[in-house]
Amino acid sequence: MRHLTPINQKARRIESTLEQDVVALQQGGPPQTGPHIPLGCSFVFSPGWEVDSSGGTAGLCQPVERDLFDCHLTCFWPAHVPDLYNYAPDWTAKCASAQKDWRKIDLIFP
Amino acid sequence: MNLRRGEFHSFHGGDGRFLYLVPSAAVIRLDDVSEAVLETLAAGDRSATELADSLGSRWSVDAVRSSIDELLGMRAIHTIAAPPPKPVAEKPKRRIPLQTLVLNVTSKCNLSCGYCYEYGEDKIVEASTKPRFMNEETAKQSVDFMFSEAGESPTVNLTFFGGETLLNFKMLKSALAYAKERAEPLGKQVNASLTTNATLLREEIIDWIVENDVGVTVSIDGAREQQDKFRVFSNGMGSYDLVVPNIKELLRRHRRRPVGARVTLTGQNLDVVSIYKHLYEELGFWEVGFAPVTTSWQREYAIEDAGFRQLLSGFQTLAAEFLDSALAGKRHGFSNVRDTLEEIHKGMSKAYPCGAGLGLMGVATDGDVALCHRFAGSDEHKLGSVFSGVDHSRQDEFLMKHHIANKTDCSTCWARPLCAGGCYHEAHTRYGSTVEPNLHYCEWIRAWTNTCLEVYGALADKKPEFLAQFD
Repeated sequence: MRHLTPINQKARRIESTLEQDVVALQQGGPPQTGPHIPLGCSFVFSPGWEVDSSGGTAGLCQPVERDLFDCHLTCFWPAHVPDLYNYAPDWTAKCASAQKDWRKIDLIFP
Repeated sequence: MNLRRGEFHSFHGGDGRFLYLVPSAAVIRLDDVSEAVLETLAAGDRSATELADSLGSRWSVDAVRSSIDELLGMRAIHTIAAPPPKPVAEKPKRRIPLQTLVLNVTSKCNLSCGYCYEYGEDKIVEASTKPRFMNEETAKQSVDFMFSEAGESPTVNLTFFGGETLLNFKMLKSALAYAKERAEPLGKQVNASLTTNATLLREEIIDWIVENDVGVTVSIDGAREQQDKFRVFSNGMGSYDLVVPNIKELLRRHRRRPVGARVTLTGQNLDVVSIYKHLYEELGFWEVGFAPVTTSWQREYAIEDAGFRQLLSGFQTLAAEFLDSALAGKRHGFSNVRDTLEEIHKGMSKAYPCGAGLGLMGVATDGDVALCHRFAGSDEHKLGSVFSGVDHSRQDEFLMKHHIANKTDCSTCWARPLCAGGCYHEAHTRYGSTVEPNLHYCEWIRAWTNTCLEVYGALADKKPEFLAQFD
């Protein structure tokens, strides 16, 4: 960091996690140690990932549930999907095809 | 996207300006750009572009943007769309091994200190309902319990407490010998300590303390006049003249482990500077720690608002002395500031005010296990027994109920990573419930924490090698 100096142990620990965090490619990113393999959805144009012009989700071109489904296995981004490893392993069990069955995805309340 | 200031406490130390971030408890030093970004945001939310524009006459867009990125990363600021997550009460992910077991070896005492929480007007346990002394069988069972609850911990701390601990010296000897015997095949280290009023320290006991490397804390309130106000025998006679020769002998002979003094402050005894000078400089204690008396508010010895202000100013004087000593490479024995500096340095952010019911438990004379020594013997605060083990469902229930996320009064306080609501016993005595935060000393805690942060900042600025001892 150029502007902030970590002083105590906790600050140093947080700083060390920042260095490994996801960095936009325009910023140069961390030094590359191997071939660059893009992962997840961010290199695919997939409308529906953002909020609409009013800041809500009503005007999106795909149902928001589809976004959830897209996040839950392949994407690195920490989207708000249920924890399928510990608490909600079956939350998509009734949804064979996201396009048709998205209404059947369970609502999970923490 | 607008940016907003996160939760932090800013402070100065030496020539630097620092942030104490909440709830992470990280301490960072700011440069001029970051300071200006935070000052601008103090007036209201701004976008990164607005910040770069308003600070453009002094810094480049790149400098402002990179400062914003770093402040975002440390969570000193956040976007208004992504506020920090609300804390959630959850029990520890893994069972916390028992690290310290405090044995209340007797509920009897040869002194009749007016403010005593065990015998005085605010007592929790009726002493007559329990055996007055812990017997050897219960003590051995406690040691077995300690090892079985300690899990993989390489070190266990066995602490003897009372009443007056040394009234049951015979049991102390056999319990510690048994603990060492049990520890050896397990490859564990037993670290023993005790608290005493020093009235009964005699040669045989000092021999045992020295031979066994027992850590000793002496309860003492200062010079004769201060000590004899409350720390008296049942006939009203003061204890100062009796304890001082014993303490001098102990300090002379027990050199391997530091001997500390533990002072109880009351509304009538608040001159911490003179108490410190007497105990550290004249008697030669390694360190001196102070704690306000635990009492309900209406007692005559309770510390009221003016008293807390006096106390703070005394603590600040000693903290300034501590800083001067540290900068000069000299030792200072004010343990309240040293302990807090260590917690700040480690970045402790507490879900609970202390280890009671977590890594520390107290055992009553009959073997009942409670939150800590102060609750030992109380059925309401019982967590199990050394004979039947810890009732983990009761422990979990206690931990969920007392998590800092459930203390709404604390939710906006920047000092909560260190305070977490304060002592359960104090809360129980003052408000009748361990769940209550100790609201009567919030202002004091914030002012004192700020003082410690300033000392920490000054050391980070002028003598960072001093802080390396806490790494």
